[in-house]
Amino acid sequence: MAEPVQEETVPEETVLEAQGLSKTFAARGGRRGALRAVSDVSFTIGRAETLGLVGESGCGKSTLARLVLRLIEPDAGTVRFAGQAFTGAAPPRTRQMRRQVQMVFQDALSSLNPRMTVGTNIAEPMRLQGIGTERERQEAAQALIALVGLRPEHADRYPHEFSGGQCQRIAIARALILKPSVIVFDEAVSALDVSIRAQILHLILDLQQRFALGYLFISHDLSVVKRIADRIAVMYLGRIVEIGSSEAVYRSPLHPYTQALLSAIPVPDPRRMRVAALGVVEGEAASPLDASDLCPFRGRCPHRMPVCDETPPALLTTEAGHSVACFLHHPPRAAAA
Amino acid sequence: MVTTSLSEPAAEPNAEAIAAELGTVDAPVIATRRWRLAAFTRDRAALVASIFLLIVCAAAVLAPWISPYDPNVASGQLRFAPPLTPGHILGTDEQGRDMLSRLLWGGRISLLVGLVPVALASAAGLVLGLVAGYAGGIIDQLIMRTLDVLFAFPMVLLAIAIAGVLTPGISTEIIAIAVVLIPYVGRLARTATLGVVAMPFIEAARAAGASRTALLARYITPNVLPPLLVYATTLIGLMIVVGSGLSFLGLGVQPPTADWGSMVSEGREVLATAPFVTLLPGLVIVVVSLAFNFIGDGLRDALDPRSARR
Amino acid sequence: MANVAVAVAEVVLEVADLCTDFAVGRQTIRVVDRVSFSLRRGQTTAIVGESGSGKTVTALSLLQLIEPPGRISGGTIRYRGRDLRPLDETAMQQVRGARIGMVFQDPLSSLNPSLRIGTQIAETLLAHERISSAEAERRAVELLVRVGVPDAAARARDYPHHFSGGMRQRVLIAMAIACNPEIIIADEPTTALDVTVQAKILRLLHDLQQAMGASLLMITHDLGVVAALADEVVVMYAGRVVERADVDRLFHAPLHPYTRALLDCAIGLDDDRSTPLTPIPGAPPDLRRRPAGCQFAPRCPVAIAKCHRLDPPLLPMNPGQDVACFVAQGDADG
Repeated sequence: MAEPVQEETVPEETVLEAQGLSKTFAARGGRRGALRAVSDVSFTIGRAETLGLVGESGCGKSTLARLVLRLIEPDAGTVRFAGQAFTGAAPPRTRQMRRQVQMVFQDALSSLNPRMTVGTNIAEPMRLQGIGTERERQEAAQALIALVGLRPEHADRYPHEFSGGQCQRIAIARALILKPSVIVFDEAVSALDVSIRAQILHLILDLQQRFALGYLFISHDLSVVKRIADRIAVMYLGRIVEIGSSEAVYRSPLHPYTQALLSAIPVPDPRRMRVAALGVVEGEAASPLDASDLCPFRGRCPHRMPVCDETPPALLTTEAGHSVACFLHHPPRAAAA
Repeated sequence: MVTTSLSEPAAEPNAEAIAAELGTVDAPVIATRRWRLAAFTRDRAALVASIFLLIVCAAAVLAPWISPYDPNVASGQLRFAPPLTPGHILGTDEQGRDMLSRLLWGGRISLLVGLVPVALASAAGLVLGLVAGYAGGIIDQLIMRTLDVLFAFPMVLLAIAIAGVLTPGISTEIIAIAVVLIPYVGRLARTATLGVVAMPFIEAARAAGASRTALLARYITPNVLPPLLVYATTLIGLMIVVGSGLSFLGLGVQPPTADWGSMVSEGREVLATAPFVTLLPGLVIVVVSLAFNFIGDGLRDALDPRSARR
Repeated sequence: MANVAVAVAEVVLEVADLCTDFAVGRQTIRVVDRVSFSLRRGQTTAIVGESGSGKTVTALSLLQLIEPPGRISGGTIRYRGRDLRPLDETAMQQVRGARIGMVFQDPLSSLNPSLRIGTQIAETLLAHERISSAEAERRAVELLVRVGVPDAAARARDYPHHFSGGMRQRVLIAMAIACNPEIIIADEPTTALDVTVQAKILRLLHDLQQAMGASLLMITHDLGVVAALADEVVVMYAGRVVERADVDRLFHAPLHPYTRALLDCAIGLDDDRSTPLTPIPGAPPDLRRRPAGCQFAPRCPVAIAKCHRLDPPLLPMNPGQDVACFVAQGDADG
């Protein structure tokens, strides 16, 4: 087993490094311009570390997940696993490097092939990678079935016979079978009921400790992300506007959008928060068709300054490990003069 | 290797290590693709229909040996002998030919015309639909617009046109019907492919390194094939009727050769005096078509792991 | 305004022993099982439960929107003392929309895609009031203003697909309140929305309810929404009410083990990686094969033998708190 003490003291080993990822899609329906789904996103994930990525619908978080897995090719930027470039790798190399990163989807049932048994579904990545004999693959699948809390006889059943939570266990087993160093969870617990969600989060955290996995945990739900992540990145309209330790982002959110997001979450305690205390940001999200590099939140921001309409804010570090892209916290030198 | 450079062996999600840690791992259950014959046979209608069709097909194949008379030669002086006449259990037609023999021999042609074009069109339609749906873009446009052109003609008119260019005969009939069917099957295959391609399990497979071939072979086709098979089964009955129509128009098999459809049309002139000459082959067409439909329904349930009957 | 909610507000809707069954094959499944609660004037009642708990079917049953194979099989739904159950479809149509407004979860599929927004709202008005269509259209614009749709006069001429999710939900709310109903039922109205949009919709629902003096029945799985909005909470599990309490008691002195477990599973913003997760083991029962006795007993950490045999009745324990649990009611194992 990995030694947790050593994990904490040794500087974290980076398993995933994303640098300057950008992706633009052609706008649909004859609308002018292009949709900037992800723009210039960089982050790292350490061994046994969880980076939570939070943002609302349309902020580009799912596109980012697919860029990391190279299910979509980025327009610019690189993804590296343990220092080795994944983006731009030749096809055979790409296929082999895919072992490094696996994904768990929101809709667990439809992420499993309905015409394959659970055992075959779990073993499938090994087969696609050409690892082991059929018997070895089934044995590996069996071991994982036990590990994620299912029963051995479940291997022979079909996905539709299982509940949402159980399907997510199956999907997690499948994600583990290639022994990846990083798992991307895309809204993996969002469709689950509260009691089942707690079970799956428990499993996810347990597996991380056991195998020192790096997690990219994507969700629209900041409370879930805060619950599970070491660090949180807040995404708004294709850009990371704030990134830092969970504690820092929660205790002292710097970006006005993060503040808005935090204040809008209803706290499950009527003594602490009633509806009148819910924070409300004016306006709706700007269109991602807006090609400007300026702060995407400026149209709704209560602290909007003239500089926000002139200069694009950079994601700059304010204190150890806490970065924000907002002029409130690092006035631009040019504008200040 | 990246993996080895990254983690100590013990910290990897290693199946053996996990098994050791958990102490016991039950004997591996080799997951097999469950043969769903049981589900099919539990469907009474489908089972009866299959047995019936097996008998019909066997009778048609064995027609040269079991038919009591030559189907195209009048036997004796008896014309319009009603069914249950001694020696002619199903009677004779206006030329005094034995109805049973004509039905048996006609079945050879009608079943051929029902089965072969549907099989050919399904194969071609599946490939075209898969390619169009999976490749997308210009290839999709090219394939689908071509099929649309075929689609624009009424089914029978197109068959007539094709059959008219070639020399009349059974192979012409088969080709004509096959070509006519391709757009129907192709469209269904493409729609099904688009539905499957959009599913997250395809992304999961890609993330695990599935090649295009693997995706098509192991993921997309197995999920597109069942609805296609069901559709094809229901087409067979319809094509027996269409084939008969072509024969009637003089584009398929030529008189005096019998198929069920031509028997119906030959009998229509004497419908008032000897209705059985029309009704018997008509009944055979209806029952055989129905049987294929029942089999289609049964197949749909049997092929879908999600069906309630398990 | 005179209609400020006093300590014990008048009961507007009283549901008693409501049962709704669904026929599946030869079996009859009881999806809502002897559910009782009441709505008070100017107050918000939340029904909270996980999927399959019967909370949505309960809401639909109140409006008798249950279609075959479903059937309301028992109980009473008294609106201002009059039982709605014997009413026929025509009479119920007069109740729906006019007396009880409903907001559904999915705002897109609840709107007719081929009708202009203003027209759709006007139709609700025309169905219940004797007014000209010009008057109805004018009122529709007023309603859009009231629910906070900017540039309402112009937006009324748009189609549903021109609206964002949050704006569509505002439109649905406008339709629900069009005839000044005394009761608004909202079934997971913010589940499909982003959290910043959700905050606005919750505020809007609350403000409208206060201004109208209406009762709000909020169906939700989100304990945060419950805490923010509810005065009284009904907790459902496997089609039954397990606990009914005012919101403060429910969150701070819950009596039913399921309520406690649910609250333990809820993630507060104070929680982080160091907070121990306390999942409820197991899964809710399959309604086709209900266990005997308390439905939560198989997952319950404090269940006694009796719980596996008998249905615990919903009994008052404290003022404003009823619970259906033998253990909470003081039974010892025996």
